Amino acid sequence: MTKVTMTVNGTPVSAEAEGRTLLVNFLREGLGLTGTHVGCDTSQCGACVVHVDGKAVKSCTVFAMDVAGSDVRTIEGMANADGSLGVVQQAFQDHHGLQCGFCTPGMVMSSAALLAENPRPTESEIRHYLEGNICRCTGYHNIVKAVLAASGQDAGAMAAE
Amino acid sequence: MPKDTGIGASTKRREDIRFLTGKGVYTDDLSLFGQAHAVMVRSTVAHGRIVSIDTSEAAGMPGVLAVFTGEDFKEVGGNPAGWFIKSRNGEPMREPKRPVLAHGKVRHVGDAYACVVAETYAQAKDAAQVLADAAVIEELPAIIDMKAAAADASNRVHDEIPDNICFDWGWIEDNRAAVDAAMKAAPHVVTLELTNNRLVPNAMEPRASIGEYFPGTGDYKLTTTSQNPHLTRLLICAFVMGIPENKLQVVAPDVGGGFGSKIYHYGEEAVVLAAARKLGRPVRWTAERTESFLSDAHGRDHVTKIELGCTKEGDILAIRTETLANVGAYLSNFSTATPTFLHGTLMAGPYKVPHVYVNVKTIFTNTAPVDAYRGAGRPEATYSIERVIDKMCRELNLDPFEVRRRNLLTPDQFPYTTPVGLVYDTGNYQATLDKAIELGDVAGFEARRAESAKRGKLRGMGLSTWIEACGIAPSHLVGVLGSRVGLYDAATVRVNATGTISVMTGAHSHGQGHETVFPQIVAEKLGIPESSVEIVHGDTAKIPFGMGSYGSRSLAVAGSAMDRAIDKIIAKGKKIAAHMLEAAEGDITFADGKFSVAGTDKAKSFGEIAFSAYVPHNYPLETLEPGLEETAFYDPGNFTYPAGAYICEVEVDPDTGKVDVVSFTAADDFGNVMNPMIVEGQVHGGVGQGIGQALCENTSYDENGQLLTGSFMDYAMPRADDVPFYTVDHSCATPCTHNPLGVKGCGEAGAIGSPPAVVNAVIDALHRGGITHVTHIDMPVSPNRVWQAING
Repeated sequence: MTKVTMTVNGTPVSAEAEGRTLLVNFLREGLGLTGTHVGCDTSQCGACVVHVDGKAVKSCTVFAMDVAGSDVRTIEGMANADGSLGVVQQAFQDHHGLQCGFCTPGMVMSSAALLAENPRPTESEIRHYLEGNICRCTGYHNIVKAVLAASGQDAGAMAAE
Repeated sequence: MPKDTGIGASTKRREDIRFLTGKGVYTDDLSLFGQAHAVMVRSTVAHGRIVSIDTSEAAGMPGVLAVFTGEDFKEVGGNPAGWFIKSRNGEPMREPKRPVLAHGKVRHVGDAYACVVAETYAQAKDAAQVLADAAVIEELPAIIDMKAAAADASNRVHDEIPDNICFDWGWIEDNRAAVDAAMKAAPHVVTLELTNNRLVPNAMEPRASIGEYFPGTGDYKLTTTSQNPHLTRLLICAFVMGIPENKLQVVAPDVGGGFGSKIYHYGEEAVVLAAARKLGRPVRWTAERTESFLSDAHGRDHVTKIELGCTKEGDILAIRTETLANVGAYLSNFSTATPTFLHGTLMAGPYKVPHVYVNVKTIFTNTAPVDAYRGAGRPEATYSIERVIDKMCRELNLDPFEVRRRNLLTPDQFPYTTPVGLVYDTGNYQATLDKAIELGDVAGFEARRAESAKRGKLRGMGLSTWIEACGIAPSHLVGVLGSRVGLYDAATVRVNATGTISVMTGAHSHGQGHETVFPQIVAEKLGIPESSVEIVHGDTAKIPFGMGSYGSRSLAVAGSAMDRAIDKIIAKGKKIAAHMLEAAEGDITFADGKFSVAGTDKAKSFGEIAFSAYVPHNYPLETLEPGLEETAFYDPGNFTYPAGAYICEVEVDPDTGKVDVVSFTAADDFGNVMNPMIVEGQVHGGVGQGIGQALCENTSYDENGQLLTGSFMDYAMPRADDVPFYTVDHSCATPCTHNPLGVKGCGEAGAIGSPPAVVNAVIDALHRGGITHVTHIDMPVSPNRVWQAING
């Protein structure tokens, strides 16, 4: 076991980890940040997406040690400073972009990463970008709408009701 | 103006806040002091005799606390089927014991035959591998193909069942001769053989369970990923482990989707309880995704021959089906109801068909158990009917819209008794069809087709008009038909002293939004803010009883129970108000949150009445108990019958066979709608799953019973770029006539109505493109299959 140090949601943290400890397990078990979920073990479902130094990363595919010293952001760090929902989170609530909530942390993190890269994505760009995040509940309709809305576009006009 | 609160308002979901901020608490998120980790040892062969399991090396490995095998559970009961079916010849269905851990034989890849519990997950996993290496399992020939299984008496999934048939069911057997005669007399008969592809439900949260045992009291607690904690408790206590029901608390906290797969009790739940008792420590187990693929109950897997007798004008005269339904290696809890009473009873569809007969043979195979998955039997019925009608239209050169219209039941025919045993209470199927035609812009199709053709794409349009039966009930009827449980639900409405309300409901929310919708109803009825109402669900220690959420039943059944309990609250409130206002009880009215004396301005607010019930200083104590809490059990008088019309447009690339769903329109009748936003979300999700079934999802076992599609890398889940925006509508509402809310249920609709619309659209595209030799392609209509069909 080795002590691994990184910044998570703006706070420096350290916890013991084995060489084989995945970042997702480091977050969930080492730090108690259980908002990041494990849905598949094969880097397909995207429920575990977090940001590492600003990039969307599937935390089930990264060793904790490999991101030592990095700046990691999880779903727990997406709200505004006053505790209110951040822009992407609020758009997901406003447009019913979640049902069971299990894929939601990964969806929010991927969507936020998309908007950082591409502030006004088209519907097609959103669908393509979220191809690595599986949702079984929503049929993706309201997720895509939420991302359009979070980017300041008129989601209602673009998506039929 | 849309309402902004109460019934009919699109209230934003309160549960979203915790899910969006990472504060949801799913089973695997819990971490308990002293917890140990369980790993299941699963069969790598589809069929084998367990010769020996030497556990000694695994038991001695670092951190290992206990090892269990089937031998440890051979004295406890089996996990039962919840529905008894009789064969056509009167014989009872064959019910082999489903053990907690496999004993004697393993019967499918993934069948758990041992469990290792250790201090850490890694230690348990390492020891499980050592145990697997030490187990001697003599491989037997795998029984995979249903036709072969039924034909070969020498090779048996269960040694005591010679032909691998669970039952051979006819519905309705007494009508068979009349149906045969009608078919023979029909001017035209259409025949179609089709496969309803086997699916894996794949809720995004894998199954997980935590067992606890409290030696001081002898109490057990199971935290588990369940859609119905009371049913799980009942099965564990009464059938499997013999724990008194009062000694087991079952909690289903936040649950990450179910779609049917989390209705059932699974052996892992019994194992973690037994392990917790043995070790005196919490024992946790969480499935890896591949374990979910191998051991969750799968869905569908029917092979059907459907015949339809009709006039040359397209009037349907008779429908007859023969189906082989795979139940897998063991009978899961609803596995015998799904291909029978949830399938055969829907085979008349929304049509006036005088003669219908359904035959279903269920077959044991060396595959994972098959059970209800979103829609459960009704998608299979709908797919068969809507595909064969489409074929009829093509054979007789008839318009599919007009053929539906001339066969659909008309509003004046309700209540309507079908030839397969249901009584449809109400509906207006022409209205939803017209609405779909309007919203789907059928008139503009030809222009869109021409535009697609310019890009080298074949555009097609497919229609499906469907019906389902939801909120399965009433108990006395399902009892006659073989159900071993009642299908009512319960709610307790507790008015707290300060006027806030806690509702303990037997429904369980795992994505449906009950925590938001149920308070809308309470608020509307009691004239109080939605924020004053809290929903308590998913805990047998807090809730009177409940049958859980599946079959689109939450609002229709549990919501109706809540409605009844609220009525009792109002009735008691009137007694209290009469006393406080010094008026006759009969003169008290309740509206807008106030109890008033009719014709006067004398009134007490709901809060004042609640306070008086708990601080009864001015209260009729001699005739009325203090407190304000009421429980109601509601047993529906009938199923509910949501129905609708779906139109799908696809583009087929003739060079590659790739199908794109370019538009999808769903016009539904769900009766009264409590929260339009949530209802629309349910339809989106169901349609997404239906498109998944039609386009890409398939569960494939090879001839040795190895699951070829055991991860998301091999099983094609629909992704955001596989589906379009959907157009959904629920304005053509005919309220249910027999429940107090007038609701019908919306959870499964999308998954029921959409697959035939997609496939019909693909066949239509090919025919319009001149590829007229293709009359059917089995789902999923993958590029490979479509290309083969075009070029075959």
